[in-house]
Amino acid sequence: MAIDLRTVSITPLRQTFGHLARRMGADKPASRYLEATMDLQPVENYHYRPTWEPERDIFDTRRTAITMKDWYALKDPRQYYYGAWTLARGKMQEIAEGDFDLVEDLGLAAAYPAAGKERALKVFLPLRHVAWGSNLNKAYVSSYAYGIAMSQAACYASMDQLGVAQYVSRLGLAFNDLDALAEAKTAWLQGAEWQELRRYMEDVMVGQDWFEVLIAQDFALEGLLYPLIYERFNEKLNAAHGPVFSMLTRFQREWFGETSKWLDAVLKACAADNPENKAQLATWIKAWRERALVALKPVAALAFGDEADAILEELVQNLTARAAKAGIAL
Amino acid sequence: MSNAFIAFQKNDDSRCIVEAILEDNPNAMVDDQPSMVKIDVPNRLVIKRETVEEKMGRAFDLQELQLHLITISGHLDETDDEFTLSWNS
Repeated sequence: MAIDLRTVSITPLRQTFGHLARRMGADKPASRYLEATMDLQPVENYHYRPTWEPERDIFDTRRTAITMKDWYALKDPRQYYYGAWTLARGKMQEIAEGDFDLVEDLGLAAAYPAAGKERALKVFLPLRHVAWGSNLNKAYVSSYAYGIAMSQAACYASMDQLGVAQYVSRLGLAFNDLDALAEAKTAWLQGAEWQELRRYMEDVMVGQDWFEVLIAQDFALEGLLYPLIYERFNEKLNAAHGPVFSMLTRFQREWFGETSKWLDAVLKACAADNPENKAQLATWIKAWRERALVALKPVAALAFGDEADAILEELVQNLTARAAKAGIAL
Repeated sequence: MSNAFIAFQKNDDSRCIVEAILEDNPNAMVDDQPSMVKIDVPNRLVIKRETVEEKMGRAFDLQELQLHLITISGHLDETDDEFTLSWNS
């Protein structure tokens, strides 16, 4: 009996979903990110208007002054869909937990000089309230933004800020137990240094235009605050008291570096869409950068004394350079 | 002139690597088979870390491509930034 062996190659009928093939102009395999992002939000056949805003649709492009030919141009270069994001954060958290464990096992927090602890708690710990406010503001962006590309990335950033708030709190607990948290709250509510920043946060919370909220919170404020605290203040503490503060703030530092890439890509795509966007972004950035400076000045003075103005000046220049890179001239 | 080639198992990572190769090697020919993809380029095939990173949206170590690699042909020159297969002709 002769056995005839044949190879049969079976080609799949399609490589990806129809809406993605139409977008890419060819039926080729798409990444998980694209499959989990593109055109997922409903755009038509809305039966009912929301009762809380009957003049708009549930998903409505008119909730911001920004216009886009294609809202899915605001893609995330990190390509985070839910699965990829949880994996990435899981990894970051594991490493950060390792640092916390090490600090605890070796008693590094207890051995940290009292002067360093006091400075860190004074300048750093009230920022847990900023992180919580940031969580709220980013959640607002996520709820009212148009298109899944934008709303999912904002939602992840929002959840990330809860993580940041927890890490800030845990540093406080490691340095001075529950007293640290109580003192930080009193400082946030009553301390003269913090009232401008608190006003800023609360004003952003009642902002209506979600893209403006994104600029005010993520670009103007965090674009100055994170380098100020996690780079400059961190360096200062390291030089004086050793690297324990760096170890306990690893998550935030990594988070900011990574999230800036997303934000810069969003601004670039948005500014590239049309000149009105570019002008609008420039107006918002200028206005909120001025306010962020006013809000951060007392905090910077608390952290750096006489050097505060020079440091802020440099950070503002860096922020302007970031905007310029995204095609926005200020 | 001989072809330098490389073949990968098909998965999410290797798809990005293939996209990067196609972008950096204009003469590349793709042989798409079930669960395997082979790329031929006349004389010289280069994989650039930067392009792969852009496609993947994350940092990429060129040695990671060994995880998906089936076979290669050509003289291999490996640096941190480029993975090059070529024939001296």
